[in-house]
Amino acid sequence: MSEIFRIIVCIKQVPGTTEIKINPETNTLVREGVETIINPFDSYAIEEGVRIKERFVSTGSSADDIEVVALTMGPPQAESMLREAISLGADRAVLLSDRVFAGADTWATALTLKHAIKKFEKYNIIIFGKQTLDGDTGQVGPELAHMLHIPFIGYASSIEEIDNRKMTVKRLAEDRYETFEIRLPAAISVGKDINVPRVPSLRGKLRAKNEKIPVWSASELDMDENHAGLSGSYTQVIKIFTPKHLYEVKMMEGGPDEQVEELFGKLKEINVL
Amino acid sequence: MEIKVDHSTCTGCSLCRNVCMYDAIEIIEGKAIINENCVFCGACIDACKFKSIEITGIAQTHEDFSAYNGVMVFIEQHDGIIADVGYELLSEGRKLADILKTALYGILLGHNLNENIGGIFDYGIDRLYIADNEIFKNNLDDVYSKLLVQAINKYKPDIFLGGATSFGRTLLPKVAAIIKTGLTADCTSLSIDEDKNILLQTRPTFGGNILATIITRNARPQMATVRPHVMEKCPVAKTEINEQIKNNHEIKKEKDFYKKYEDRIEFMDFDEGSFKTKYKLLSQEKETGQSINLTDYDVIVSGGRGIGGPDNFSLIKELADALGGVVGASRAAVDSNWISYPHQVGQTGKTVNPKIYIACGISGAIQHLAGMQTSDIIIAINKDPDAPIFKIANYGIVGDLFEIVPRLIKRIKSGKNI
Repeated sequence: MSEIFRIIVCIKQVPGTTEIKINPETNTLVREGVETIINPFDSYAIEEGVRIKERFVSTGSSADDIEVVALTMGPPQAESMLREAISLGADRAVLLSDRVFAGADTWATALTLKHAIKKFEKYNIIIFGKQTLDGDTGQVGPELAHMLHIPFIGYASSIEEIDNRKMTVKRLAEDRYETFEIRLPAAISVGKDINVPRVPSLRGKLRAKNEKIPVWSASELDMDENHAGLSGSYTQVIKIFTPKHLYEVKMMEGGPDEQVEELFGKLKEINVL
Repeated sequence: MEIKVDHSTCTGCSLCRNVCMYDAIEIIEGKAIINENCVFCGACIDACKFKSIEITGIAQTHEDFSAYNGVMVFIEQHDGIIADVGYELLSEGRKLADILKTALYGILLGHNLNENIGGIFDYGIDRLYIADNEIFKNNLDDVYSKLLVQAINKYKPDIFLGGATSFGRTLLPKVAAIIKTGLTADCTSLSIDEDKNILLQTRPTFGGNILATIITRNARPQMATVRPHVMEKCPVAKTEINEQIKNNHEIKKEKDFYKKYEDRIEFMDFDEGSFKTKYKLLSQEKETGQSINLTDYDVIVSGGRGIGGPDNFSLIKELADALGGVVGASRAAVDSNWISYPHQVGQTGKTVNPKIYIACGISGAIQHLAGMQTSDIIIAINKDPDAPIFKIANYGIVGDLFEIVPRLIKRIKSGKNI
């Protein structure tokens, strides 16, 4: 390969839900500490990007010709996550950060990412985690793929074959595996079944520490502020609430025999049997 | 756009800080200060007892959407068999259409469709738009989205719904991106704000710890994907065809079995040659053996760390079999390689809503609860009376699962024989 082959991995920093507890009296969320993490599925996306690079290198491409870029839109402190992405093998990272990006729905997020990706003179593969831990939508990937007019395969479970023009991707739909061939550039989203992410290497950690991470704002993306963030969103959250549980748990009493008998009676009552 | 705290009413009580998921609120000198981490999610506005926080400066356009009418449901099929979520959405769509006093449309794309689609007409549909062509044989998002967009532009539904299946979650974002409208993913409840006649789309977020109600502003249709098995299937007796569309009806071609529904069917016109796909489907294989689709079952019996090892999953399997169900697992059990990943229930596994969910030896980490807490009936068996799983269970047994489960299997089997 003589020209650059660029793999862009779109990732997001999310609140670690392990930190979240529900206060049983008020039924509201209690956050302890302020830990933020790489969205878990995005670690698989980074790993897959790095593995694609390694595949090319193992078949004779120069490592300098293949670039894995980690890209995120988020507040300034998302930079720490991008450094982590570099320690995991990304060659470089770009942070899209601007006050006007805040409150973006999936549409406005995809549009912002599109503007950023258009700034790279070339891209070949875009990889996403299949959904985020906080928003949980999985919509940004297919929306962005449409905006770039490239094919998108969600829930990829393996990249069977790849060269610099096309790739073969296997994915698990509800009840079947489907294998597609698509031309590049293309986008995929990945879940846990695609690989096992590596731990950061010492060399990667050192590089992560020293790497310069550019920050692009709306003006650098040549973006109309009205199209970004909450202003550019078609959807808007109007209410947030915690789920209420309408029932009290009914505990089965007595020894194992009595407990089982009582539960059996309940199962009969609700016509399970 | 700005988020403001009115410091004349703010008491610095920190309720808002406690609900903020983004570490965006600090209490400084007894007042809440919102910093640049804020993503405008609105959680603090809801939490504030003093109505001190508000978001201002959102451009609200008041466009005229009166040309948009009716509820349209994308009916997903595989090999000519209608996915259950299609019927669920038609049932929900009928309710919404009744509130809005408007029509319920279905849109069905496929190839060699036959009598198997007849069930659609049991759900009070006013009109089914059909495209039956080889180009729709496989569920490919580019050809499907092209025709859906044409249909939306032509029929102008006010609401457009699809299933949050693997296909729907790829197809609908593409359709929304082409139409340039909002799309709310994975809704678990839909309702109508009857003052404004707009769709209220409620979905779990943060792994089900929070529910968010979302609206689509300044664009139509209002689009949402809905999780399978959340809405109930409710067939209705034949309804009168909505007046507004009754006379606006063309049938292009017919197959015999369509005859009895012909007043409710319309075949779509499209230019076959203009549909090109970027996807080359090389192969499809049905999942067999180990890997199963948990969401297909009404009963799921799950095992967690308390199971103790891979061999003991046979006990879970036996209980699942006795109830005609399937085996699920917690992440702890899957990560220990006791059982394969397709069985995993929870935030990084499957989200399930069976009629009965039995959790054996699962303490109930919040990530697990996120994947199963919308089940109809939850039964928890655990040694630890303080296990969080009991907080969301309907029925609980504190005890050793190895004493309880075998007795339960025996009781179910003997009970069946009586």
